[in-house]
Amino acid sequence: MKKHTSTEAILLLEDGTVFRGKSLGEIGITGGELCFNTGMTGYQEIFTDPSYYGQIVITTVSHVGNYGVQHKEVESEQVQIKGLICKEFSQHFSRNTAEGSLQGYFEAAGIVGICEVDTRALVRHIRDKGAMNAVISSETTDLEELRKKLAEVPSMVGLELSSQVSTAITYELKPDEVKFRVAVLDLGIKKNIINNLVSRGCEVKIFPYNTPYEVMEEWNPDGYFVSNGPGDPAASTDAVRSVQQMLEKNKPMFGICLGHQVLAEANGIATYKMHNGHRGLNHPVKNLITGRCEVTSQNHGFVVDGDQLLNHPQVEVTHINLNDNTIEGIRMKGKPAFSVQYHPESSPGPHDSGYLFDDFITLLEQNK
Amino acid sequence: MPKDTSIKSVLIIGSGPIIIGQACEFDYSGSQAARSLREEGIEVTLINSNPATIMTDPVTADNVYLKPLEKKYIIEILEKHKIDAVLPTMGGQTALNLAIDCEKAGIWKKYGVRMIGVDIKAIETTEDREAFRLKMLELGINVCKGETATSFLEGKEIAQEIGFPLVIRPSFTLGGYGGGFVNTPEEFDAALTRGLHASPTHEVLVEQSIMGWKEYELELLRDNVGNVIIICSIENFDPMGVHTGDSITVAPAMTLPDTVYQKMRDLAIKMMNGIGQFAGGCNVQFSVNPADDKIIAIEINPRVSRSSALASKATGYPIAKIASKLAIGYNLDELKNAITKTTSAYFEPALDYVIVKIPRWNFDKFPGADRKLGLQMKSVGEVMGIGRTFQEALQKACQSLEIKRNGIGADGKEKTNYDELIYSLKNPSWNRLFSIKDAMRIGIPTSTIQNLTKIDPWFLAQIEELDVMEKEIEKYNLATIPAELLREAKVKGYADRQIAHLLRCKESEVHSVRTELGIKRVYKMVDTCAAEFEASTPYYYSTFDGENESIVSDRKKVVVLGSGPNRIGQGIEFDYSCVHGVLAAKECGYETIMINCNPETVSTDFDIADKLYFEPVFWEHIYDIILHEKPEGVIVQLGGQTALKLAEKLERYGIKIMGTSYKALDLAEDRGSFSALLRDLDIPYPPFAVIETAEEALELSKELRFPLLVRPSYVLGGQNMKIVINEKELEAHVIDLLKDHPGNKVLLDHFLDNAIEAEADAICDGEDVHICGIMEHIEPAGIHSGDSYAVLPPFDLSENVLNQIEEYTKRIAVALQTVGVINIQFAIKNEVVYIIEANPRASRTFPFIAKAYREPYINYATKIMLGAKKVKDFTFNPYKHGYAIKVPVFSYNKFPEVNKELGPEMKSTGEAIYFIDDLQDDYFTQVYSERNLYLSK
Repeated sequence: MKKHTSTEAILLLEDGTVFRGKSLGEIGITGGELCFNTGMTGYQEIFTDPSYYGQIVITTVSHVGNYGVQHKEVESEQVQIKGLICKEFSQHFSRNTAEGSLQGYFEAAGIVGICEVDTRALVRHIRDKGAMNAVISSETTDLEELRKKLAEVPSMVGLELSSQVSTAITYELKPDEVKFRVAVLDLGIKKNIINNLVSRGCEVKIFPYNTPYEVMEEWNPDGYFVSNGPGDPAASTDAVRSVQQMLEKNKPMFGICLGHQVLAEANGIATYKMHNGHRGLNHPVKNLITGRCEVTSQNHGFVVDGDQLLNHPQVEVTHINLNDNTIEGIRMKGKPAFSVQYHPESSPGPHDSGYLFDDFITLLEQNK
Repeated sequence: MPKDTSIKSVLIIGSGPIIIGQACEFDYSGSQAARSLREEGIEVTLINSNPATIMTDPVTADNVYLKPLEKKYIIEILEKHKIDAVLPTMGGQTALNLAIDCEKAGIWKKYGVRMIGVDIKAIETTEDREAFRLKMLELGINVCKGETATSFLEGKEIAQEIGFPLVIRPSFTLGGYGGGFVNTPEEFDAALTRGLHASPTHEVLVEQSIMGWKEYELELLRDNVGNVIIICSIENFDPMGVHTGDSITVAPAMTLPDTVYQKMRDLAIKMMNGIGQFAGGCNVQFSVNPADDKIIAIEINPRVSRSSALASKATGYPIAKIASKLAIGYNLDELKNAITKTTSAYFEPALDYVIVKIPRWNFDKFPGADRKLGLQMKSVGEVMGIGRTFQEALQKACQSLEIKRNGIGADGKEKTNYDELIYSLKNPSWNRLFSIKDAMRIGIPTSTIQNLTKIDPWFLAQIEELDVMEKEIEKYNLATIPAELLREAKVKGYADRQIAHLLRCKESEVHSVRTELGIKRVYKMVDTCAAEFEASTPYYYSTFDGENESIVSDRKKVVVLGSGPNRIGQGIEFDYSCVHGVLAAKECGYETIMINCNPETVSTDFDIADKLYFEPVFWEHIYDIILHEKPEGVIVQLGGQTALKLAEKLERYGIKIMGTSYKALDLAEDRGSFSALLRDLDIPYPPFAVIETAEEALELSKELRFPLLVRPSYVLGGQNMKIVINEKELEAHVIDLLKDHPGNKVLLDHFLDNAIEAEADAICDGEDVHICGIMEHIEPAGIHSGDSYAVLPPFDLSENVLNQIEEYTKRIAVALQTVGVINIQFAIKNEVVYIIEANPRASRTFPFIAKAYREPYINYATKIMLGAKKVKDFTFNPYKHGYAIKVPVFSYNKFPEVNKELGPEMKSTGEAIYFIDDLQDDYFTQVYSERNLYLSK
């Protein structure tokens, strides 16, 4: 075994705080909004989740990279995160089916990161101070230069990012036996959502983020799915307009994460940026309809305003977060549309919420 | 569903005496359950025959029955108390079995008692291997190929069908007793016979062997409506083939991809739901084929287990406490996370650190025992190390073991013999972990090590990194080592002593150099949520990182040193004392700081002391905590020999020892000066000598006369103690001892043949002495006090003898200026009382006397140590009725090859208390008549 040598790296936060560590991935400079994920497994899925576009992820788990990478476990075709901050970055990996190391994967994708950072101190810092931008550099430690770079990183509020991660062209996927046709509005979709629809007999056509409703309707779908994705939901105006039209036409509609926020916006319910988002695989959600609880996979920095849902004439709350009582799921009264803030497709994360896809299938059946 | 208000009174069944496979983790779960139920206003009645437990203390339960775990005593309790429900899941297999017996006999039904937290059918499915296998097949879950045999012939047929290698697992046995791997048809017949005999139902499962596959455990909780959460994933460092109780384990799982982990999670939930509907804890074990990630279910335990205790300590999630609340009707979403106090109990803990558990074995106590690890559990205790990374946690766990190592490697005790190392890699035993590192050090390729051990290459790469770093460090000395390299060594968990060894300097020099360089320990919190939410629970571990989270208060503080891993001679009794010490110090207004590394204990529960440092009871860690907290002093009398041994260093570093001074502690331990003291006090003692060579020994034996008791100085549990009857034996044993303890002195005592043994426990404030109790041993002298039946009060000592014992106890306690507790052992021959030894610390028998006489002696003694009270401040009112017998309990069935004879070296793993009204009692007469049965020459 050769002793691994990596260069010094530095992390500069918007509020001026500096952390030092070692480089990982590509040598360079990167910037984005800081967020932390408390999941203990599934790093490759996280790093390739388009909802993380524009963000620097802090993984709180002690070791990252232990089981290498393999193409089968990506959520999109690229690494979506802007950078990684972790404690221990494994140079050695062990899994028979692995295709390579995380280090190699990052180098190929040009991802810059920093390890051997006191990630717990960093998480406590942003837990108290709130989400903020940061830059990581393994190229220069000149703080003046890094401050300039940091100033160039855009603020997440009001930022539309689906255009950066959505598919550019429409494409279709078909199960062996087609039961329904579902039009998918791709705001930054994860692969496993598509898998969940296709495996339940849905022929899906995936449309770019700004596809007008009429264009999707031409394909004559039985229902619509509005995906997850990065950015401020308030900036997803095209998607909001399309969803409003779906609702007008009483089309079955299911939204996840950003798709959920878009459904709320389409009903005039605002979203706001949370002090710190929910990112991890252990978030407790209660289904108010069944009384059952589910451990969920989450990744969101914005949330639907619960106050505006009190006694709302058209929309009711179906799921809440047991830790902070924030809104986790809504459905329309008298219309076949519902959505959740979290990720029932998991990947990574627990499979407790897969039933929501079944619920969507039931809606499609009832409205065929 | 909210709390079931029809449950007003609950019976908790304990697990009885400590045996291998069922240790003090059930004291932890039982006491947590009792506290959790009492919080709800429920009356708790407890039955357990083990007096050394916190669960059987009046501080824990409303009604305590120190009775054997048998049906008739359950009936006795039910006759006396209106019990609404019984909770049998907190006392291991013993409690479950008793609950099933009572169920079968219709006892619960007769008295209108509901069984909560468990489903009888679920137990039956999980305990019966064949039922389990069929259930799994029904649920569509992969299990090993295998079939149950109820006869020899059937077993042979099944083996023929499955082929070799295979495994034999007897039904309804604890800790895998009677099971084993069979690699060839030649070994099969004997193994099959052994298995059938071990099973109480004459039933074994003959199964395909999946030796070398990866092994995992998940800890689950489920409530009444079916909400299930996974508290912890645990990965075994040792692959399939070594009992999990004997495996080094790591949490969270290190080498599981999310896809495989989630599949495992789904299977675990399916299994738990499939075996029955009950609210409570559950443990599921899986095996994963490293070639293709295929998962096989191994077993499911529908109760709180050893692993749940570990998972509770590893995550901070109090499994037993929450499981008890679920048993009385609460749902998970109605409960709060006990650590954050604001978020929900329905969640899955996220760890931002790593824990490593290493078992503690005691093979040295069982000469002739097969030291190879397999399906049958052989360890007697365990330690847990917490670190920011696997490497740090591993080093800290090794430092916690108290096997005279300073961590893994870098302490001059490395093995270098190629054949010896290869043998050790192939045959897992207590030392395999160390052998892996040593093998790397002498250049055995990691691929060879992997082939021989089947340990996941990721773990081996972690150890190899340590080896690479050590070799780098050795190129320097203290003056030349780069600060970054020194920091790296500390980050990877190296003790100052290990670094000193590599740099060829002194531990204290490393400490001061690194302190100057600002390489300092910080303390991080175990908070269940990876810092996502604020937590205020004072549960800490140390690491070398940026931010310190353990804020020092301005209150007066006292540190209580714990007793480390359970081992023979030092077990749960000392944890009992530590817990009472903490509680008493709290009553005196101190902020209490507990340091311990044994995950099975009550003392390491985060709500016992004001601050818990889950750290090795190892000098460097203790010293750094003391430097950080600046306590008024340290209590060393309660944590057994582990804590007492640290007194010398505390004294040297000018740290105050609460209670009896170091000088007195040392005087009592030093045979020479102690005997001089006895001579001055005019107290008889057997003639003795201190020698340093075999020649001296032979010389002096003429004066002392045979038989002679030969032992090293400073021992507990009679380690390496032997009675010799002639010069040949003497020479052999002395040479043996000097080889094992180079530079040490050896004590020779004239052994008083056929003497009666007695012991006394007392508390003293330096002036006044209160004798808590005097116990007479049933067996004659020569059997270690821990292995003897002891009767409280004495049953046939004359008044003359009792007077001498009382008088000598007082004289010695005062002469030693004892402030706190003292235990004195006596031999009585021809009406003369001789002193064998004095132990200026809490003894094994303190909890026994406290339980029998219903007096909180350790509480009083602690207040005296702290100077808050004097002996005369207490009114003693012991409950004296009949006699209490301390019954030693052995785990010989784990070591069928070992001779059962008893001698001066302690072998029992636990004890029970048994009350009798008078000496005509059948039990007593029988024990008395057999008193010479197991006596070695």
